[in-house]
Amino acid sequence: MRNTLATQLLFELSKPGRRAAVFPACDVPVRPVAELLPASQLSPSAPALPEVTEPEVIRHFVNLSTKNMSVDTHFYPLGSCTMKYNPKRHERLSSVAGIVDIHPNRPDEDVQGMLELLCTMQQMLAEIAGLPAVSLQPAAGAQGEFTALLVASAYFRARGEQRTKVLFPNSAHGTNPASAALAGFECVQLGSTPNGFIDLAELRKHLDSRTAVFMVTNPNTLGMFEREIPEVARLVHEAGGLVYIDGANMNAICGITRPGDFGGDMMHYNVHKTFTGPHGAGGPGAGPIAVRDFLADYLPGPIVTKETRADGTAFYRRSTPARSIGRVRSFFGNVGILVRGYLYLRTLGAAGVRAMSENAVLNANYVLSKLKDVLPVPQGDRCMHEFVASGKPLKDARGISTMDIAKRLLDFGFHAPTVYFPLVVAEALMVEPTETESKETLDAFVDAIRRIVAEDPEFLHQAPYETPISRPDDVRAARQPILKWVAPNAAASS
Amino acid sequence: MAYLYNTPDQQREMLESIGVDSLAALFEQIPEPLQLGRLLNLPPALTEIELESHIQDLASRNRAGGGQVSFLGGGSYDHFIPAAVDAVASRSEFYTAYTPYQAEASQGSLQAFFEYQTLICQLTGMDVSNASLYEGGTAVSEAVFMSMRVTDRHRKVAILETVHPEYRQVCQTYLQQVNCELVTIPCPGGTADVAVVKKLLDDQTACLVVQHPNFVGCLEEARELTAAAHAVGALAVVSFDPLSLGWLARPGEYGADIAVAEGQSLGIPLQYGGPYLGIMACKQEYVRKMPGRLIGETVDRLGRRSFVLNLQAREQHIRREKATSNICTNQGLMALRATVYLSLLGPTGLREVGELCLQKSHYAAERLAQVPGIQLAFPGKPFFKEFVIETAGGTAPWIARAQAAGFDLGPSLGPAGAGLSGTGNRILVAVTERRTRDEIDRLVAAWS
Repeated sequence: MRNTLATQLLFELSKPGRRAAVFPACDVPVRPVAELLPASQLSPSAPALPEVTEPEVIRHFVNLSTKNMSVDTHFYPLGSCTMKYNPKRHERLSSVAGIVDIHPNRPDEDVQGMLELLCTMQQMLAEIAGLPAVSLQPAAGAQGEFTALLVASAYFRARGEQRTKVLFPNSAHGTNPASAALAGFECVQLGSTPNGFIDLAELRKHLDSRTAVFMVTNPNTLGMFEREIPEVARLVHEAGGLVYIDGANMNAICGITRPGDFGGDMMHYNVHKTFTGPHGAGGPGAGPIAVRDFLADYLPGPIVTKETRADGTAFYRRSTPARSIGRVRSFFGNVGILVRGYLYLRTLGAAGVRAMSENAVLNANYVLSKLKDVLPVPQGDRCMHEFVASGKPLKDARGISTMDIAKRLLDFGFHAPTVYFPLVVAEALMVEPTETESKETLDAFVDAIRRIVAEDPEFLHQAPYETPISRPDDVRAARQPILKWVAPNAAASS
Repeated sequence: MAYLYNTPDQQREMLESIGVDSLAALFEQIPEPLQLGRLLNLPPALTEIELESHIQDLASRNRAGGGQVSFLGGGSYDHFIPAAVDAVASRSEFYTAYTPYQAEASQGSLQAFFEYQTLICQLTGMDVSNASLYEGGTAVSEAVFMSMRVTDRHRKVAILETVHPEYRQVCQTYLQQVNCELVTIPCPGGTADVAVVKKLLDDQTACLVVQHPNFVGCLEEARELTAAAHAVGALAVVSFDPLSLGWLARPGEYGADIAVAEGQSLGIPLQYGGPYLGIMACKQEYVRKMPGRLIGETVDRLGRRSFVLNLQAREQHIRREKATSNICTNQGLMALRATVYLSLLGPTGLREVGELCLQKSHYAAERLAQVPGIQLAFPGKPFFKEFVIETAGGTAPWIARAQAAGFDLGPSLGPAGAGLSGTGNRILVAVTERRTRDEIDRLVAAWS
């Protein structure tokens, strides 16, 4: 029952003379535009935007939306992304007047309610991290990494130390080396143990007086807790470096253990993951960072501080730390996402936060226990909030690749896990169920995989069959990139 | 417990399947001494009813839209958002999905972002748009890094003083570790003096960054500035106002190499500063040096038109430290809002909203300039929707009087405009299509 008429490109729906938005007539004396603006500043024509009506726009996008899988419609066990349920109260309450319509250039006196919320958010994130100082500025996890690395470099500069290297294990997210390079550091990738853990010998070999930061995701990208993390931190600190915790996997450990307690000096959160953002088809996120007290002065501003006035009332103020690295974006931060994270933490409370992580770990281990005989998990029988299975034996035996399984899962009504990451596992399938899924859903998912691995490999190579498209040609897309729609007559002439 | 499904019985069954006897046993990977062993110190849990009154209480302590009339500007504006934008953005098939790695399961988002890229190209006259960056300030910084890659010049970048001060601060932050000098070109007259700019550019300069219309509302001599950059082999980076392009020349028409913008005015709520939308478009020849996601058109195995993440070899998940940026999560939902907004406006709506901003801001400027104690800071300079007034005896009493009469103004160019030569006693006034003649007249009366 697909409405293919409505899901043509907007530009194909366009008819000259149609329109949707209508603005009021001008109520001030109208002067000729040529009198207000010099001719040299004007364009000879208005942009050739499509001309469509409001009902067409709505039908177009509503039909397009049905071509997506999403958390609200499907189980979405995309590893490392924490695709949990996004509570509807967050959407309503983050959109109330007095929250959604605050202009960012208002003085602090005008926004005491918002600043109180953000100040409490800073405190909650500090407590969950076990690290006392928080900046809410970064727009996403990758920007949090970059920001924290600049904080580290400012700290070392102030101490007169020349530290130029950032170390990370080969299982790291791509953002870790990319952020380090952007921050001007030399990147050093370390090998891991055969089980995918930090290799202490390898670490010792590379630590020296030029080491600034060791970046590690814990639990790591294989879904395992790095047991040696205290020793890792001791070694890094002994060499004079700092330990950065990539918080992508915080959903496993909130209220169980804290980055600050296991040796981390700095970390970022992904509010859109752990604290249920939502993910917005790719963003926006929010990537606040938490750091140790001796790094607090270097955080980007503004941060929110609470003062007590002479009459005993509280006053919240935006301020910039004394030796701040400066801003990393305009205005305060991705406040709309931070508000949703705040609402989530206020709904859960301490016991709820702990239960969140316990059940995320329970669900992941349950799926692992049901799946390991068909898709082996090289790292063992147990995991934290996610695990990485390997499709290698299946590929060797029957020619069924991880991509085949991922694509065929879509036919069964399940979004695919993250595939081919981390690179340290051959034919990797990274499964993160999250806590907001029932045993029944998990059983159905396991059942689907069991059925898929028994199917005809040739049949699987062509999967999926039930989706709007199947196996798009990526090579063709890259060879002759078509990155926008071009009017047919314009295409002919160019 | 909130948002958890499994009953105690099911939990027991699951633990049995795993082969452990308790939830605690699942965490034995974590050495005992590292475990917290207490509950976190967080505020008490609230039910939905309690949460709603809590938020209403916080909201009541913010001065926001409500009864106040806003002339606030400086990079974020009170433009009208049609209901259809909210309707589409609240489709949870969009907002509860993530990065469209599985094309078959994400054609909705992918096609919408392909449409977004096309709309941004139509709007700007540029060849290629990416699928979004974080916001206006980081978009400038990403354009600066991109310019360094394109020109292979890594030691000097020039930026006009009339670029949003926070964008300039972000740029300074981004460049602090890479030994690249950020030369700020003074613009005491409210716009750049092209002769001065030419003197400060040289064959080591990677790019010249221009904001047009600029932070104080004035139009720059964009064509001459991009030519000056090209004359020394530098790229011209222009930060534009999307809603100005129903009338003003498009960045692609006056020679911009990289066009960036804050996209908040395209249907995105104020939200105390974010999430907003970083727009970036460039010339075709630079596409492989561009940061951020790109959606491309292709065909599937049955020849059907399909949309996919394209040219991913630029990105961090493939190229790691050699990537064109570290950006991963972007501003997808905000790009969707902009897509819906621009399709609702079309060419006619874009012209109308632009003309309303233009006419009303000029009416306001003319009326305010007649108030004793107020004069225009940059008289005679063309502007689009924002302008600066100078107020006798400091800005604070003027802003207070306006507030008492129900009007919000600012920012006053103290902290936000720091570094802009000659500021002091100045207030930025933004007039959007939402303001009426009556509101403007009442502001004038309150100040007269």
